[in-house]
Amino acid sequence: MSTDMNVVHELASRDYEWGFVTDIEEDRIPKGLSEDVIRLISAKKKEPEFMLEWRLNAYRYWASQEKADAEPKWANVQFPPINYQGITYYSAPKQKKQLTSLDELDPEILRTYEKLGIPLAEQKLLANVAVDAVFDSVSVATTFKAKLAEAGVIFCSFSEAVLKHPELVKKYLGSVVPHTDNFYAALNAAVFSDGSFVYVPKGVRCPMELSTYFRINAAETGQFERTLIVAEEGAYVSYLEGCTAPMRDENQLHAAVVELVALDNAQIRYSTVQNWYPGDKNGKGGIYNFVTKRGKCLGRNSKISWTQVETGSAITWKYPSCILQGDNSVGEFYSVALTNNYQQADTGTKMIHLGKNTKSTIVSKGISAGHGQNTYRGMVKIMKGATGARNYTQCDSLLIGDKCGAHTFPYIEVKNASARMEHEAATSKIGEDQLFYLQQRGLKTEDAVSMIVNGFCKQVFKELPMEFAVEAQKLLAVSLEGSVG
Amino acid sequence: MSLLEIRNLHVTVGENEILKGIDLTVNAGEVHSIMGPNGSGKSTLAQVLARRDAYHVTEGSILFEGKDLLEMKPEEAACEGLFLAFQYPVEIPGIGNTYFLRSALNAQRKHRGLDEMDAMDFLPLFREKLKLLEMDDKLMNRSLNEGFSGGEKKRNEILQMAVLEPKLAILDETDSGLDIDALRIVAAGVNSLRSPERAMVVVTHYQRLLNYIVPDFVHVLVDGRIVRSGGKDLALELEEKGYGWTEHDTRQPVGARA
Repeated sequence: MSTDMNVVHELASRDYEWGFVTDIEEDRIPKGLSEDVIRLISAKKKEPEFMLEWRLNAYRYWASQEKADAEPKWANVQFPPINYQGITYYSAPKQKKQLTSLDELDPEILRTYEKLGIPLAEQKLLANVAVDAVFDSVSVATTFKAKLAEAGVIFCSFSEAVLKHPELVKKYLGSVVPHTDNFYAALNAAVFSDGSFVYVPKGVRCPMELSTYFRINAAETGQFERTLIVAEEGAYVSYLEGCTAPMRDENQLHAAVVELVALDNAQIRYSTVQNWYPGDKNGKGGIYNFVTKRGKCLGRNSKISWTQVETGSAITWKYPSCILQGDNSVGEFYSVALTNNYQQADTGTKMIHLGKNTKSTIVSKGISAGHGQNTYRGMVKIMKGATGARNYTQCDSLLIGDKCGAHTFPYIEVKNASARMEHEAATSKIGEDQLFYLQQRGLKTEDAVSMIVNGFCKQVFKELPMEFAVEAQKLLAVSLEGSVG
Repeated sequence: MSLLEIRNLHVTVGENEILKGIDLTVNAGEVHSIMGPNGSGKSTLAQVLARRDAYHVTEGSILFEGKDLLEMKPEEAACEGLFLAFQYPVEIPGIGNTYFLRSALNAQRKHRGLDEMDAMDFLPLFREKLKLLEMDDKLMNRSLNEGFSGGEKKRNEILQMAVLEPKLAILDETDSGLDIDALRIVAAGVNSLRSPERAMVVVTHYQRLLNYIVPDFVHVLVDGRIVRSGGKDLALELEEKGYGWTEHDTRQPVGARA
């Protein structure tokens, strides 16, 4: 290792700065999972009967899968078996009564979000971003609701949607990711405790960015949230999510489901900056981020774009996908995934082309440092009826140091001869010659590394909303600390 | 005090000793040319001066404005005013040329206790230098050296030098890969930067470049030693007789004292 690389190494060992714990009284149920637990969660949320039935149905499926040992094992990640009876499935900050305004929210929770850089008091908020704050199992606050309502946009916690808009929930819940989709999706369907719900009516362009900030606080709990976004004909919405968790020695499970539905001429942009606690330098602790995200371009000319910056979690297992059902619909996936220390990521997308002249674009940038293992797994499927379908895939890997790994598994299935497919892939190493070149012009080693990495990710960052792009660049620089060696 | 003083410099790469006792003094305002056959150690000398750490200095010293250059990191040497025009400039995708150069200039200005330059102040300076090197504006919106032709890369090196205004510029085989028009433009750029405060060390294999950048001193490097030093005529003599001619002369000690 050269001396410069050593310098970078030392510089890079910055701590995870979102790792604090908020001391707050919790309403938590005993560990373990059973039909009774499902009933208890549903009762706590005062859900209508149809939701309980839906959950129980999912639970029975999951239980049969667990018995059959059907947890997915094909991903290129390694972890000890998860004890599903050792997890608490519901933990919420204790609230004495129904909140009518933000002023009544526990000041400890408000302070937590302030500390994370997400002030919930509306006057302090970024002028054009509405936030839903999810703390452990429940949504604790949603801002700018009134202003959004004027435009006809519904933006609320999932629990509230179940109570106030049951007909919409009934119509779309599970319509993109059914509980039978996979093991973790089934688990989520059974126990999900909250999440965000967005409905943008016909012809409405959502007047502001919507965002959800997920925070895991309680120990030995899992977070299972569910997000559902529906964009009616000609609607447009841009949604962002961010996530952090305290530093703990044990691994915590986060199994979320996100469903997007875009009708004729509708467009949904979904951006994620995922920064769950990644574990320490030796790979101890960290979040297992096992997430199912899928969007359905149901209508003609609809468009769904996924942009993700994944820097956190001990293990990331997620494949934000698009079902391109409507003719001329468009699916996009832009991803930066960074694994440092002992982090593992198996991430990518699926683009399922059903409609005519459907188009998909995949740009994946994997960065591996330390002992990190980074896998791109992507599927492009052109079905029989998808005449004139096109796909462009580009997946690039950047290696920093010689103990990490980059892996690529592209699956391509074409059943219509008119399809046009392009695939480009490249793997490169941050070369000592690149570093030296930048240093020779006067740049410090750490600035040089972050410049090279940001350059590598540029194609993806430019897809993010402005405030997030800056955030993402900073996050990447912090996550890389201690990475060159 | 001389700008650069190299004394008895020995350098190894792995097991091999590449430089075997170099002495060289360069004063402000001078242009020195280092010539020599392939494998003689020319590029090694350039890289050692720029503080690349793949090279191991086993003996000797280098003073840059009286400071110990061997104690400096590459970025420190750069900030002190040492510039290397690379023989093979590297490509770095996704970093805009303009952004990169402004970042570099600001890193150096910060080191010298000067205010950083914002984009508005930087642009006119940058435009002026672009014109000097007869470079297309469009090139500057592209990524650093990415997709540049060999000649464009070399011109970009001199452009960077023009913006950074170093005290000592080392040009490593800047003429290689240039056609005659590009060579003329690059040389004009270099000549415009000659000044009483600035010194240059021009490393080259061929005499051709020295028709355009006329040196004050020429040193011949063979097998890790400077075997001959002289004025600009030495280059012409070399061109005529070839490097073989100097090799019989290695017993004659010629520490170049300028």
